[in-house]
Amino acid sequence: MTTTTPTAGTATTPTPVRALNASRTTATAARVLRQLRHDPRTIAMMILIPCVMLFLLRYVFDGSPRTFDNIGASLLGIFPLITMFLVTSIATLRERTSGTLERLLAMPLGKGDLIAGYALAFGIIAIIQSALATGLAVWFLGLDVTGSPWLLLLVALLDALLGTALGLFVSAFAASEFQAVQFMPAVIFPQLLLCGLFTPRSNMHPALEAISDVLPMSYAVDGMNEVLKHTDMTADFVRDALIVAGCALLVLGLGAATLRRRTA
Amino acid sequence: MMNNASGPPTDPPAPRTPAVRAEGLTVVRGPRTVLRSLEFTVPRGQITGLLGPSGCGKSTLMRSIVGTQAKVTGTLEVLGRPAGHPTLRTRIGYVTQAPSVYDDLTVRQNLDYFTAILTPGRSTSDRRQEVDRVLADVDLTSHADALAGNLSGGQRSRVSLAVALLGTPELLVLDEPTVGLDPVLRRDLWTLFHSIAADRGATLLISSHVMDEAERCHRLLLMREGEILADDTPDALRTRTGSETVEAAFLHLVDEATAAAREKETTR
Repeated sequence: MTTTTPTAGTATTPTPVRALNASRTTATAARVLRQLRHDPRTIAMMILIPCVMLFLLRYVFDGSPRTFDNIGASLLGIFPLITMFLVTSIATLRERTSGTLERLLAMPLGKGDLIAGYALAFGIIAIIQSALATGLAVWFLGLDVTGSPWLLLLVALLDALLGTALGLFVSAFAASEFQAVQFMPAVIFPQLLLCGLFTPRSNMHPALEAISDVLPMSYAVDGMNEVLKHTDMTADFVRDALIVAGCALLVLGLGAATLRRRTA
Repeated sequence: MMNNASGPPTDPPAPRTPAVRAEGLTVVRGPRTVLRSLEFTVPRGQITGLLGPSGCGKSTLMRSIVGTQAKVTGTLEVLGRPAGHPTLRTRIGYVTQAPSVYDDLTVRQNLDYFTAILTPGRSTSDRRQEVDRVLADVDLTSHADALAGNLSGGQRSRVSLAVALLGTPELLVLDEPTVGLDPVLRRDLWTLFHSIAADRGATLLISSHVMDEAERCHRLLLMREGEILADDTPDALRTRTGSETVEAAFLHLVDEATAAAREKETTR
Protein backbone atom coordinates (compact mmCIF):
# COMPACT_ATOMS: atom_id res chain seq x y z
CA MET A 1 0.00 0.00 0.00
CA THR A 2 1.35 3.38 -0.89
CA THR A 3 0.20 6.22 1.25
CA THR A 4 -1.06 9.28 -0.50
CA THR A 5 -1.18 12.86 0.56
CA PRO A 6 -4.59 14.35 1.20
CA THR A 7 -6.07 15.74 -1.96
CA ALA A 8 -5.83 19.42 -2.61
CA GLY A 9 -9.08 21.27 -2.38
CA THR A 10 -10.33 19.82 0.88
CA ALA A 11 -10.49 22.38 3.63
CA THR A 12 -9.69 20.05 6.49
CA THR A 13 -7.49 16.99 6.51
CA PRO A 14 -9.82 14.02 6.82
CA THR A 15 -9.25 11.92 9.89
CA PRO A 16 -7.65 8.72 8.68
CA VAL A 17 -9.45 5.44 9.12
CA ARG A 18 -7.57 3.41 11.67
CA ALA A 19 -8.38 -0.01 13.02
CA LEU A 20 -9.81 1.53 16.14
CA ASN A 21 -10.68 5.14 16.79
CA ALA A 22 -11.67 5.90 20.37
CA SER A 23 -14.13 8.70 19.64
CA ARG A 24 -15.86 6.79 16.81
CA THR A 25 -16.13 3.75 19.09
CA THR A 26 -17.63 5.70 21.97
CA ALA A 27 -19.95 7.57 19.61
CA THR A 28 -21.19 4.20 18.35
CA ALA A 29 -21.65 2.86 21.88
CA ALA A 30 -23.52 6.02 22.88
CA ARG A 31 -25.73 5.71 19.81
CA VAL A 32 -26.59 2.06 20.60
CA LEU A 33 -27.45 3.00 24.19
CA ARG A 34 -29.54 5.95 22.97
CA GLN A 35 -31.48 3.62 20.71
CA LEU A 36 -32.17 1.40 23.70
CA ARG A 37 -33.27 4.36 25.78
CA HIS A 38 -36.09 4.96 23.33
CA ASP A 39 -37.19 1.40 24.03
CA PRO A 40 -37.67 1.29 27.81
CA ARG A 41 -39.59 -1.96 27.72
CA THR A 42 -36.60 -3.81 26.27
CA ILE A 43 -34.36 -2.34 28.95
CA ALA A 44 -36.81 -3.37 31.67
CA MET A 45 -36.99 -6.89 30.32
CA MET A 46 -33.22 -7.22 29.98
CA ILE A 47 -32.71 -6.12 33.55
CA LEU A 48 -35.69 -7.68 35.32
CA ILE A 49 -36.14 -11.09 33.69
CA PRO A 50 -32.90 -12.58 35.10
CA CYS A 51 -33.91 -11.38 38.58
CA VAL A 52 -37.39 -12.88 38.26
CA MET A 53 -35.97 -16.17 37.05
CA LEU A 54 -33.53 -16.35 39.96
CA PHE A 55 -36.36 -15.58 42.35
CA LEU A 56 -38.42 -18.35 40.79
CA LEU A 57 -35.52 -20.77 40.95
CA ARG A 58 -34.89 -20.04 44.59
CA TYR A 59 -38.39 -21.21 45.52
CA VAL A 60 -38.47 -24.07 43.04
CA PHE A 61 -35.54 -25.52 44.97
CA ASP A 62 -36.94 -24.40 48.29
CA GLY A 63 -36.18 -27.76 49.87
CA SER A 64 -32.62 -28.13 48.52
CA PRO A 65 -30.59 -24.92 48.85
CA ARG A 66 -27.43 -26.73 47.60
CA THR A 67 -29.07 -27.22 44.21
CA PHE A 68 -30.06 -23.58 44.10
CA ASP A 69 -26.44 -22.63 44.81
CA ASN A 70 -25.19 -24.72 41.88
CA ILE A 71 -27.81 -23.83 39.34
CA GLY A 72 -28.15 -20.24 40.50
CA ALA A 73 -24.44 -19.55 40.07
CA SER A 74 -24.43 -21.17 36.64
CA LEU A 75 -27.43 -19.14 35.57
CA LEU A 76 -25.73 -15.92 36.63
CA GLY A 77 -23.26 -16.73 33.87
CA ILE A 78 -25.81 -17.92 31.34
CA PHE A 79 -28.32 -15.05 31.51
CA PRO A 80 -26.03 -12.33 30.19
CA LEU A 81 -24.85 -14.62 27.42
CA ILE A 82 -28.37 -15.37 26.20
CA THR A 83 -29.71 -11.81 26.54
CA MET A 84 -26.77 -10.24 24.77
CA PHE A 85 -26.84 -12.90 22.08
CA LEU A 86 -30.47 -12.13 21.29
CA VAL A 87 -30.17 -8.36 21.50
CA THR A 88 -27.02 -8.17 19.41
CA SER A 89 -28.17 -10.56 16.71
CA ILE A 90 -31.38 -8.58 16.21
CA ALA A 91 -29.67 -5.18 16.48
CA THR A 92 -27.00 -5.98 13.90
CA LEU A 93 -29.52 -7.67 11.63
CA ARG A 94 -31.55 -4.46 11.71
CA GLU A 95 -28.40 -2.51 10.97
CA ARG A 96 -27.76 -4.72 7.96
CA THR A 97 -31.31 -4.67 6.58
CA SER A 98 -32.07 -0.97 7.21
CA GLY A 99 -29.11 0.15 5.10
CA THR A 100 -27.45 1.93 8.02
CA LEU A 101 -24.60 -0.58 7.94
CA GLU A 102 -23.97 0.14 4.27
CA ARG A 103 -24.06 3.86 5.00
CA LEU A 104 -21.65 3.52 7.94
CA LEU A 105 -19.22 1.40 5.96
CA ALA A 106 -19.30 3.97 3.14
CA MET A 107 -18.23 6.48 5.81
CA PRO A 108 -14.85 6.55 7.50
CA LEU A 109 -15.91 4.09 10.20
CA GLY A 110 -13.61 1.17 10.92
CA LYS A 111 -15.23 -2.24 11.32
CA GLY A 112 -13.42 -2.48 14.64
CA ASP A 113 -15.06 0.78 15.78
CA LEU A 114 -18.50 -0.59 15.07
CA ILE A 115 -17.90 -3.91 16.80
CA ALA A 116 -16.13 -2.38 19.76
CA GLY A 117 -18.95 0.16 20.03
CA TYR A 118 -21.54 -2.59 20.23
CA ALA A 119 -19.44 -4.59 22.68
CA LEU A 120 -18.98 -1.51 24.86
CA ALA A 121 -22.67 -0.61 24.89
CA PHE A 122 -23.90 -4.11 25.62
CA GLY A 123 -21.06 -4.64 28.08
CA ILE A 124 -22.41 -1.71 30.11
CA ILE A 125 -25.93 -3.14 30.03
CA ALA A 126 -24.52 -6.53 31.01
CA ILE A 127 -22.74 -5.02 34.02
CA ILE A 128 -26.00 -3.49 35.25
CA GLN A 129 -27.93 -6.67 34.58
CA SER A 130 -25.36 -8.91 36.26
CA ALA A 131 -24.84 -6.59 39.21
CA LEU A 132 -28.56 -6.62 39.97
CA ALA A 133 -28.93 -10.37 39.47
CA THR A 134 -25.81 -11.17 41.48
CA GLY A 135 -26.77 -8.78 44.26
CA LEU A 136 -30.25 -10.23 44.46
CA ALA A 137 -28.99 -13.81 44.47
CA VAL A 138 -26.24 -13.27 47.03
CA TRP A 139 -27.91 -10.90 49.48
CA PHE A 140 -31.61 -11.65 49.22
CA LEU A 141 -31.96 -15.19 47.96
CA GLY A 142 -29.17 -16.64 50.07
CA LEU A 143 -26.98 -17.89 47.26
CA ASP A 144 -24.01 -19.31 49.10
CA VAL A 145 -20.87 -18.08 47.34
CA THR A 146 -17.50 -18.94 48.90
CA GLY A 147 -15.49 -16.64 46.63
CA SER A 148 -15.86 -12.98 45.83
CA PRO A 149 -19.08 -11.76 44.18
CA TRP A 150 -16.81 -9.49 42.09
CA LEU A 151 -15.44 -12.55 40.37
CA LEU A 152 -19.00 -13.67 39.60
CA LEU A 153 -19.53 -10.26 38.03
CA LEU A 154 -16.33 -10.56 36.01
CA VAL A 155 -17.38 -13.90 34.55
CA ALA A 156 -20.85 -12.53 33.85
CA LEU A 157 -19.30 -9.63 31.93
CA LEU A 158 -17.10 -11.97 29.89
CA ASP A 159 -20.18 -14.09 29.16
CA ALA A 160 -22.04 -11.01 27.98
CA LEU A 161 -19.18 -10.21 25.62
CA LEU A 162 -19.27 -13.76 24.34
CA GLY A 163 -23.02 -13.43 23.77
CA THR A 164 -22.50 -10.14 21.92
CA ALA A 165 -19.81 -11.74 19.79
CA LEU A 166 -21.92 -14.80 18.93
CA GLY A 167 -24.95 -12.64 18.15
CA LEU A 168 -22.95 -10.40 15.85
CA PHE A 169 -21.50 -13.38 14.07
CA VAL A 170 -24.73 -15.31 13.49
CA SER A 171 -26.60 -12.19 12.35
CA ALA A 172 -24.52 -12.39 9.17
CA PHE A 173 -26.21 -15.69 8.36
CA ALA A 174 -29.76 -14.58 9.14
CA ALA A 175 -31.78 -13.00 6.36
CA SER A 176 -34.71 -12.13 8.62
CA GLU A 177 -35.63 -11.67 12.27
CA PHE A 178 -37.36 -15.07 12.15
CA GLN A 179 -34.09 -16.73 11.24
CA ALA A 180 -32.15 -14.69 13.77
CA VAL A 181 -34.25 -15.84 16.73
CA GLN A 182 -34.01 -19.45 15.50
CA PHE A 183 -30.25 -19.20 15.93
CA MET A 184 -30.87 -19.00 19.63
CA PRO A 185 -32.02 -22.65 19.93
CA ALA A 186 -29.45 -23.63 17.33
CA VAL A 187 -26.43 -21.97 18.93
CA ILE A 188 -27.37 -21.56 22.60
CA PHE A 189 -29.49 -24.61 23.51
CA PRO A 190 -26.86 -27.26 22.70
CA GLN A 191 -24.39 -25.34 24.86
CA LEU A 192 -27.00 -25.06 27.59
CA LEU A 193 -27.51 -28.85 27.59
CA LEU A 194 -23.80 -29.62 27.50
CA CYS A 195 -22.41 -26.94 29.80
CA GLY A 196 -22.88 -28.92 32.99
CA LEU A 197 -25.97 -27.11 34.20
CA PHE A 198 -28.18 -30.20 34.31
CA THR A 199 -25.58 -32.82 35.14
CA PRO A 200 -21.82 -32.62 35.68
CA ARG A 201 -20.00 -32.81 32.39
CA SER A 202 -17.98 -35.82 33.63
CA ASN A 203 -21.22 -37.85 33.83
CA MET A 204 -22.01 -37.36 30.16
CA HIS A 205 -21.37 -39.80 27.34
CA PRO A 206 -17.65 -39.42 26.50
CA ALA A 207 -18.50 -38.13 23.04
CA LEU A 208 -20.73 -35.40 24.48
CA GLU A 209 -18.18 -34.60 27.14
CA ALA A 210 -15.59 -34.10 24.40
CA ILE A 211 -17.97 -31.76 22.59
CA SER A 212 -18.71 -29.84 25.78
CA ASP A 213 -14.95 -29.39 26.18
CA VAL A 214 -14.84 -27.20 23.08
CA LEU A 215 -17.99 -25.17 23.77
CA PRO A 216 -17.32 -21.82 25.45
CA MET A 217 -20.39 -21.86 27.70
CA SER A 218 -18.95 -24.89 29.53
CA TYR A 219 -16.09 -22.72 30.73
CA ALA A 220 -18.45 -19.92 31.69
CA VAL A 221 -20.32 -22.30 33.97
CA ASP A 222 -17.12 -23.94 35.26
CA GLY A 223 -15.77 -20.50 36.12
CA MET A 224 -18.91 -19.65 38.08
CA ASN A 225 -18.66 -22.90 39.98
CA GLU A 226 -15.01 -22.21 40.86
CA VAL A 227 -16.08 -18.94 42.49
CA LEU A 228 -18.89 -20.77 44.24
CA LYS A 229 -16.58 -23.31 45.85
CA HIS A 230 -13.25 -21.56 46.44
CA THR A 231 -12.35 -18.46 48.42
CA ASP A 232 -9.39 -17.54 46.22
CA MET A 233 -8.98 -17.03 42.54
CA THR A 234 -7.94 -20.54 41.52
CA ALA A 235 -5.79 -21.45 38.55
CA ASP A 236 -8.82 -23.18 37.06
CA PHE A 237 -10.85 -20.00 37.39
CA VAL A 238 -8.19 -17.97 35.59
CA ARG A 239 -8.05 -20.58 32.84
CA ASP A 240 -11.86 -20.60 32.47
CA ALA A 241 -12.06 -16.82 32.37
CA LEU A 242 -9.27 -16.63 29.79
CA ILE A 243 -10.95 -19.24 27.60
CA VAL A 244 -14.26 -17.37 27.65
CA ALA A 245 -12.51 -14.06 26.91
CA GLY A 246 -10.44 -15.66 24.17
CA CYS A 247 -13.54 -17.18 22.55
CA ALA A 248 -15.31 -13.83 22.71
CA LEU A 249 -12.39 -12.09 20.97
CA LEU A 250 -12.12 -14.85 18.38
CA VAL A 251 -15.82 -14.70 17.53
CA LEU A 252 -15.73 -10.88 17.47
CA GLY A 253 -12.93 -11.21 14.92
CA LEU A 254 -15.04 -13.61 12.88
CA GLY A 255 -17.95 -11.17 13.18
CA ALA A 256 -15.75 -8.36 11.86
CA ALA A 257 -14.92 -10.52 8.87
CA THR A 258 -18.64 -10.77 8.04
CA LEU A 259 -18.93 -6.99 7.73
CA ARG A 260 -18.16 -6.24 4.11
CA ARG A 261 -17.74 -2.78 2.69
CA ARG A 262 -18.59 -4.12 -0.74
CA THR A 263 -21.59 -6.35 -1.14
CA ALA A 264 -23.36 -7.88 -4.12
CA MET B 1 -4.29 -1.30 -14.14
CA MET B 2 -5.95 0.63 -16.89
CA ASN B 3 -5.32 4.27 -16.39
CA ASN B 4 -5.33 6.75 -19.22
CA ALA B 5 -5.14 9.88 -17.10
CA SER B 6 -1.90 11.79 -17.48
CA GLY B 7 0.57 11.23 -14.68
CA PRO B 8 0.67 8.50 -12.06
CA PRO B 9 -2.61 7.74 -10.33
CA THR B 10 -1.38 8.79 -6.89
CA ASP B 11 -0.85 12.41 -7.97
CA PRO B 12 -3.24 14.95 -6.52
CA PRO B 13 -5.82 15.34 -9.27
CA ALA B 14 -5.83 18.45 -11.40
CA PRO B 15 -8.81 20.58 -10.40
CA ARG B 16 -10.64 19.85 -13.62
CA THR B 17 -10.46 16.07 -13.66
CA PRO B 18 -14.00 14.81 -13.94
CA ALA B 19 -15.81 13.89 -10.74
CA VAL B 20 -16.42 10.40 -12.09
CA ARG B 21 -14.74 8.71 -15.02
CA ALA B 22 -15.73 5.21 -16.10
CA GLU B 23 -14.23 3.07 -18.81
CA GLY B 24 -15.21 -0.50 -19.53
CA LEU B 25 -17.15 -0.50 -16.25
CA THR B 26 -18.84 -3.85 -15.79
CA VAL B 27 -20.72 -5.18 -12.77
CA VAL B 28 -21.87 -8.74 -12.32
CA ARG B 29 -24.50 -9.69 -9.74
CA GLY B 30 -24.99 -13.42 -9.49
CA PRO B 31 -25.58 -14.77 -12.99
CA ARG B 32 -26.57 -11.35 -14.37
CA THR B 33 -24.35 -8.72 -15.89
CA VAL B 34 -26.02 -5.61 -14.48
CA LEU B 35 -23.73 -3.01 -16.06
CA ARG B 36 -22.16 -3.73 -19.42
CA SER B 37 -18.82 -1.97 -20.14
CA LEU B 38 -20.01 1.57 -19.47
CA GLU B 39 -18.01 4.57 -20.56
CA PHE B 40 -18.90 8.04 -19.34
CA THR B 41 -17.70 11.01 -17.34
CA VAL B 42 -19.49 13.14 -14.78
CA PRO B 43 -18.20 16.74 -14.83
CA ARG B 44 -17.49 18.57 -11.58
CA GLY B 45 -19.65 21.27 -10.10
CA GLN B 46 -22.76 20.28 -12.02
CA ILE B 47 -25.90 18.26 -11.54
CA THR B 48 -25.89 15.10 -13.59
CA GLY B 49 -29.14 13.21 -13.79
CA LEU B 50 -29.05 9.45 -14.06
CA LEU B 51 -32.28 8.42 -15.70
CA GLY B 52 -33.80 5.22 -16.80
CA PRO B 53 -36.56 2.75 -15.99
CA SER B 54 -36.38 0.94 -12.66
CA GLY B 55 -34.16 -2.11 -12.80
CA CYS B 56 -31.86 -0.65 -15.46
CA GLY B 57 -28.84 -0.58 -13.15
CA LYS B 58 -28.96 2.98 -11.77
CA SER B 59 -28.58 1.93 -8.14
CA THR B 60 -25.83 -0.55 -8.97
CA LEU B 61 -23.93 2.18 -10.80
CA MET B 62 -24.32 4.51 -7.82
CA ARG B 63 -23.18 1.84 -5.38
CA SER B 64 -20.15 1.20 -7.59
CA ILE B 65 -19.23 4.89 -7.50
CA VAL B 66 -19.63 5.02 -3.73
CA GLY B 67 -17.58 1.84 -3.38
CA THR B 68 -20.13 -0.46 -1.77
CA GLN B 69 -20.72 -2.65 -4.83
CA ALA B 70 -18.82 -5.91 -5.16
CA LYS B 71 -17.57 -7.41 -8.44
CA VAL B 72 -16.83 -4.17 -10.24
CA THR B 73 -14.38 -4.49 -13.13
CA GLY B 74 -12.93 -1.94 -15.52
CA THR B 75 -11.86 1.59 -14.66
CA LEU B 76 -13.89 3.70 -12.30
CA GLU B 77 -12.26 6.86 -10.98
CA VAL B 78 -14.03 9.06 -8.48
CA LEU B 79 -12.58 12.49 -7.63
CA GLY B 80 -9.30 11.31 -9.11
CA ARG B 81 -9.10 8.14 -7.04
CA PRO B 82 -10.16 4.58 -7.74
CA ALA B 83 -13.75 4.13 -6.51
CA GLY B 84 -13.92 2.84 -2.95
CA HIS B 85 -10.57 4.40 -1.97
CA PRO B 86 -10.56 5.01 1.81
CA THR B 87 -9.83 8.75 1.41
CA LEU B 88 -13.03 9.11 -0.61
CA ARG B 89 -15.21 8.12 2.34
CA THR B 90 -15.21 11.64 3.79
CA ARG B 91 -15.58 13.30 0.39
CA ILE B 92 -18.72 11.58 -0.88
CA GLY B 93 -22.25 11.91 0.47
CA TYR B 94 -24.48 9.00 -0.42
CA VAL B 95 -28.22 8.54 -0.07
CA THR B 96 -29.64 5.10 -0.70
CA GLN B 97 -33.11 4.65 -2.12
CA ALA B 98 -34.60 3.45 1.16
CA PRO B 99 -33.88 5.96 3.93
CA SER B 100 -30.99 4.53 5.93
CA VAL B 101 -31.40 6.15 9.32
CA TYR B 102 -32.09 4.80 12.80
CA ASP B 103 -35.83 4.77 13.35
CA ASP B 104 -35.40 4.56 17.12
CA LEU B 105 -33.37 7.76 17.34
CA THR B 106 -34.55 11.33 16.94
CA VAL B 107 -33.59 13.24 13.81
CA ARG B 108 -30.98 15.21 15.73
CA GLN B 109 -29.56 12.10 17.40
CA ASN B 110 -29.19 10.47 13.99
CA LEU B 111 -27.31 13.47 12.65
CA ASP B 112 -25.21 13.80 15.81
CA TYR B 113 -24.06 10.22 15.45
CA PHE B 114 -23.22 10.37 11.76
CA THR B 115 -21.35 13.64 12.14
CA ALA B 116 -19.32 12.11 14.98
CA ILE B 117 -18.37 9.26 12.64
CA LEU B 118 -17.56 11.60 9.78
CA THR B 119 -15.52 14.16 11.67
CA PRO B 120 -14.53 12.87 15.10
CA GLY B 121 -12.73 15.15 17.49
CA ARG B 122 -14.63 18.32 16.66
CA SER B 123 -16.06 20.50 19.37
CA THR B 124 -19.65 19.99 20.42
CA SER B 125 -20.66 23.49 19.30
CA ASP B 126 -19.06 22.96 15.87
CA ARG B 127 -21.03 19.78 15.47
CA ARG B 128 -24.24 21.36 16.64
CA GLN B 129 -23.80 24.13 14.09
CA GLU B 130 -23.23 21.57 11.36
CA VAL B 131 -26.32 19.59 12.35
CA ASP B 132 -28.41 22.78 12.50
CA ARG B 133 -27.21 23.72 9.02
CA VAL B 134 -28.21 20.43 7.38
CA LEU B 135 -31.52 20.41 9.28
CA ALA B 136 -32.28 23.81 7.77
CA ASP B 137 -31.13 22.59 4.33
CA VAL B 138 -33.75 19.85 4.27
CA ASP B 139 -36.34 21.94 6.13
CA LEU B 140 -36.62 19.65 9.15
CA THR B 141 -35.61 22.06 11.92
CA SER B 142 -39.07 21.83 13.45
CA HIS B 143 -38.85 18.03 13.55
CA ALA B 144 -35.35 17.82 15.02
CA ASP B 145 -36.52 16.11 18.18
CA ALA B 146 -39.01 13.73 16.62
CA LEU B 147 -38.20 10.03 16.39
CA ALA B 148 -37.20 9.22 12.81
CA GLY B 149 -39.55 6.23 12.91
CA ASN B 150 -42.53 8.50 13.61
CA LEU B 151 -41.93 10.70 10.57
CA SER B 152 -43.66 10.38 7.23
CA GLY B 153 -41.89 8.63 4.37
CA GLY B 154 -40.90 11.90 2.74
CA GLN B 155 -39.58 13.30 5.99
CA ARG B 156 -37.52 10.20 6.66
CA SER B 157 -35.95 10.37 3.24
CA ARG B 158 -35.04 13.99 3.96
CA VAL B 159 -33.32 12.89 7.18
CA SER B 160 -31.37 10.44 5.07
CA LEU B 161 -30.48 13.27 2.69
CA ALA B 162 -29.44 15.48 5.61
CA VAL B 163 -26.96 12.81 6.71
CA ALA B 164 -25.38 12.90 3.26
CA LEU B 165 -25.03 16.69 3.45
CA LEU B 166 -22.93 16.49 6.63
CA GLY B 167 -19.30 17.44 6.23
CA THR B 168 -19.84 19.32 2.93
CA PRO B 169 -18.98 16.49 0.56
CA GLU B 170 -17.46 17.22 -2.87
CA LEU B 171 -19.63 14.61 -4.54
CA LEU B 172 -23.22 13.81 -3.66
CA VAL B 173 -24.64 10.55 -4.94
CA LEU B 174 -28.39 10.60 -4.46
CA ASP B 175 -30.48 7.59 -5.36
CA GLU B 176 -34.01 8.81 -6.14
CA PRO B 177 -34.03 11.49 -3.43
CA THR B 178 -37.36 12.98 -4.47
CA VAL B 179 -39.45 9.83 -4.69
CA GLY B 180 -42.74 10.15 -2.82
CA LEU B 181 -42.37 13.85 -2.12
CA ASP B 182 -45.03 16.43 -2.87
CA PRO B 183 -44.41 18.95 -5.68
CA VAL B 184 -43.56 21.83 -3.33
CA LEU B 185 -40.92 19.83 -1.51
CA ARG B 186 -39.54 18.49 -4.75
CA ARG B 187 -39.14 22.01 -6.06
CA ASP B 188 -37.47 23.10 -2.81
CA LEU B 189 -35.06 20.17 -2.92
CA TRP B 190 -34.10 20.89 -6.51
CA THR B 191 -33.44 24.49 -5.53
CA LEU B 192 -31.24 23.16 -2.75
CA PHE B 193 -29.41 20.85 -5.17
CA HIS B 194 -28.74 23.76 -7.51
CA SER B 195 -27.44 25.94 -4.71
CA ILE B 196 -25.17 23.13 -3.50
CA ALA B 197 -23.71 22.86 -6.99
CA ALA B 198 -23.47 26.63 -7.55
CA ASP B 199 -22.37 27.88 -4.11
CA ARG B 200 -20.33 24.98 -2.80
CA GLY B 201 -19.03 23.82 -6.16
CA ALA B 202 -20.09 20.28 -5.37
CA THR B 203 -20.93 17.66 -7.95
CA LEU B 204 -24.30 15.95 -7.77
CA LEU B 205 -25.27 12.69 -9.36
CA ILE B 206 -29.00 12.22 -8.95
CA SER B 207 -30.99 9.26 -10.15
CA SER B 208 -34.63 9.37 -10.98
CA HIS B 209 -37.14 7.55 -13.07
CA VAL B 210 -39.32 10.64 -13.30
CA MET B 211 -38.40 12.24 -16.58
CA ASP B 212 -39.66 15.74 -15.79
CA GLU B 213 -36.86 16.05 -13.25
CA ALA B 214 -34.41 15.58 -16.10
CA GLU B 215 -35.08 19.11 -17.27
CA ARG B 216 -33.60 20.42 -14.04
CA CYS B 217 -30.20 18.74 -14.58
CA HIS B 218 -27.17 20.19 -16.32
CA ARG B 219 -26.32 16.88 -17.90
CA LEU B 220 -28.06 13.58 -18.35
CA LEU B 221 -27.00 9.99 -18.46
CA LEU B 222 -29.81 7.93 -19.94
CA MET B 223 -29.62 4.29 -19.02
CA ARG B 224 -31.43 1.22 -20.19
CA GLU B 225 -30.74 -2.44 -19.42
CA GLY B 226 -27.27 -1.86 -18.03
CA GLU B 227 -26.10 0.33 -20.87
CA ILE B 228 -25.82 4.06 -21.39
CA LEU B 229 -28.07 5.27 -24.18
CA ALA B 230 -27.01 8.90 -24.09
CA ASP B 231 -24.64 11.23 -22.23
CA ASP B 232 -25.52 14.82 -23.05
CA THR B 233 -27.23 18.02 -21.94
CA PRO B 234 -31.06 18.03 -21.92
CA ASP B 235 -31.09 20.61 -24.72
CA ALA B 236 -28.72 18.68 -26.94
CA LEU B 237 -30.74 15.52 -26.39
CA ARG B 238 -33.95 17.17 -27.43
CA THR B 239 -32.36 18.76 -30.47
CA ARG B 240 -30.61 15.57 -31.55
CA THR B 241 -33.78 13.52 -31.41
CA GLY B 242 -36.08 16.29 -32.57
CA SER B 243 -38.23 15.87 -29.48
CA GLU B 244 -40.16 18.31 -27.33
CA THR B 245 -39.28 16.80 -23.97
CA VAL B 246 -36.53 14.68 -22.49
CA GLU B 247 -39.09 11.94 -22.01
CA ALA B 248 -39.83 11.89 -25.74
CA ALA B 249 -36.10 11.97 -26.45
CA PHE B 250 -35.57 9.00 -24.16
CA LEU B 251 -38.35 7.00 -25.82
CA HIS B 252 -36.93 7.87 -29.21
CA LEU B 253 -33.50 6.59 -28.17
CA VAL B 254 -35.00 3.43 -26.69
CA ASP B 255 -36.85 2.67 -29.94
CA GLU B 256 -33.69 3.31 -31.87
CA ALA B 257 -31.70 0.96 -29.65
CA THR B 258 -34.36 -1.75 -29.86
CA ALA B 259 -34.47 -1.48 -33.64
CA ALA B 260 -30.68 -1.69 -33.84
CA ALA B 261 -30.66 -4.74 -31.61
CA ARG B 262 -33.35 -6.41 -33.73
CA GLU B 263 -31.39 -5.72 -36.88
CA LYS B 264 -28.32 -7.29 -35.38
CA GLU B 265 -30.39 -10.32 -34.46
CA THR B 266 -31.77 -10.81 -37.97
CA THR B 267 -28.49 -10.32 -39.79
CA ARG B 268 -26.82 -12.89 -37.57
